[in-house]
Amino acid sequence: MSLRTILAGAALAAGLTSGAVADGHEPLTVGFVYVGPVGDGGWTYEHDQGRLAVEEAFGEKVETVFVENVPEGPDSERVMTQMALQGADLIFTTSFGYMDPTINVAAKFPDVKFEHATGYKQADNVSVYSARFYEGRAVQGHIAGNITESNIVGYIASFPIPEVIRGINAAYLHAAAVNPDVEFKIVWVYTWFDPAKEAEAANVLIEQGADVVLQHTDSTAPQAAAQAAGGVYTFGQASDMTEFGPVPRVSSIIDNWAPYYIARTQAVMDGTWESVSTWDGIDTGMVEIGEITDAVPADVKAEALAMVEAMRTGAYHPFTGPINKQDGSVWLAEGEVASDYGDDGLAGMNFYVEGVSGEIPE
Amino acid sequence: MDLSAINPILFFASLMVAATPIILAGIGELVVERAGVLNLGVEGMMILGAVCGFIVAVNTGSAWLGFLGAALGGALLALLFGVLTQCLLSNQVATGLALTLFGLGLSALMGQGYIGIKGPVFADWHIPILGDIPVLGPIMFQQDPMVYIALLIVLGTGLFLNRTRAGLILRAVGENHDAAHQLGYKVIRVRLMALAFGGACAGLGGAYLSLVRVPQWTEGMTAGAGWIALAIVVFAGWKPWRLLLGAYLFGGVTVLQLNLQAAGVAIPVEYLSMSPYLATIVVLVIMSAGRAPGSLGRIFHASH
Repeated sequence: MSLRTILAGAALAAGLTSGAVADGHEPLTVGFVYVGPVGDGGWTYEHDQGRLAVEEAFGEKVETVFVENVPEGPDSERVMTQMALQGADLIFTTSFGYMDPTINVAAKFPDVKFEHATGYKQADNVSVYSARFYEGRAVQGHIAGNITESNIVGYIASFPIPEVIRGINAAYLHAAAVNPDVEFKIVWVYTWFDPAKEAEAANVLIEQGADVVLQHTDSTAPQAAAQAAGGVYTFGQASDMTEFGPVPRVSSIIDNWAPYYIARTQAVMDGTWESVSTWDGIDTGMVEIGEITDAVPADVKAEALAMVEAMRTGAYHPFTGPINKQDGSVWLAEGEVASDYGDDGLAGMNFYVEGVSGEIPE
Repeated sequence: MDLSAINPILFFASLMVAATPIILAGIGELVVERAGVLNLGVEGMMILGAVCGFIVAVNTGSAWLGFLGAALGGALLALLFGVLTQCLLSNQVATGLALTLFGLGLSALMGQGYIGIKGPVFADWHIPILGDIPVLGPIMFQQDPMVYIALLIVLGTGLFLNRTRAGLILRAVGENHDAAHQLGYKVIRVRLMALAFGGACAGLGGAYLSLVRVPQWTEGMTAGAGWIALAIVVFAGWKPWRLLLGAYLFGGVTVLQLNLQAAGVAIPVEYLSMSPYLATIVVLVIMSAGRAPGSLGRIFHASH
């Protein structure tokens, strides 16, 4: 929690009192709980861009508050409670680890609407929303498989949750499709944000021969490490990270939350808000693919763009059979497309596909 | 599993880099605590050092000046803590925690315009002759200068505390500030100087992250390194050499576990991830920690 957060809280308190006195027309208060700092240049940065877009769209009709660097777990429950007590009408909790705390706090504040990112537990006043990042991972895998010369792709993984595992599987399948010799080295760092550790992980992977490094953590440290090492390619994660292009960053997955945040805020204003489960991808623009730089051969770039277009129109699904699980058993038969939910659905994915080595931590 | 993928030379070289920020922050806090002050604001001083160092380095184009700025920034923040706790007699634990929050917020504010910018390169030193020794050369003698400066600071601190009169006075102040006061030593002045040194070292540790190890400015980039340094000071029993050991052990096992993961060793990742903390605590506890300075964390007022 930073000084700005405290100031924001104070400003909120002051704003609420003055607003109530002024004309009785209180602005809608929208709260955001962030797992990292808004300046991480990745995940939290993009959520904050969504917050700013809400302010932009509604002007004086909304007031937004946020608390950054909130640890996942009990501490987040305290922050959410505080936010609800301070009069927030709609609260976005933007990390997987806020799932149970969000449900707990929502039960105590039935009149406050909650929106939890990347989770799967809903309630009458809790919606869940996420983006199909794995569509972007498929594009990354395709490019990575083509441009790697050492045939070793490093992968900085955060926590062993379905979202991260989907990303690994999607990237591996599409890398292996164009390069059967490709090998993925996966390192779990157990953090979303720790620049020093992320840089360390990137360096270790590069030392062990990786010439493409994919990251599922939030800071730009792995990009800087790859840049310092030279001859290594990376992809922007959650945010465009163009400052590291044209190399090492050759493309990126951009999370664009703004349209969703604006729509949900509007729904609360109109009184039409309902608990929903949203899982959008490239088709609605929630997932965007950042510019593919000239470091990628033109034909590979064209194929990647064609894949993006096919996913946008729905003609192609990144998890289309035949795909086996890591143990060799059949997951998807020829032509079969993975379902979102249910047994072996994407939402709860907890297994590697065939070809990925290593075990998923429990 | 493919252990041959791990290059031992690169491993030991990165071990020294990984340990350096903790060594710097830890040795500063060690001196502060030996003077009888408990400053829990290490994380705040580190992050302020990280941003000050980065800002100065970017604007002057010199990483050296950056480190100087970082030391100054850290020392100033520490002196703020000193004035509050030593002159205004505020509670050290609460003030230290507040210092961390303040440092995190202030650094985020100062660093607004510096996100995504590249700092100047801080080149490695290839020490002649020594750097050419096979195996040992690349590990020990081809590092960046701050690695050696950190070691020199530890060496100097060890000698200062145990071999000089000034060091004896500092320890006396930390062991029993009332007795030291009655002997005519300036307790508050000694403590303020120790705090400034501690802040400067923490600032250097933070700048090492933003200028060498990561290297870039990102909000909250210390991500708990200051707390690790605080813990290692305690587990090292307030002794400089054990601090060095603890920091290398922690940095080493951190790098090692990432290496083992990447090499696909069949040890569950959960155990690998906890191993740096576990190994450091176990080793330092087995070596039987020392006794805390007698006046640690107690408020001193000349009237008592």
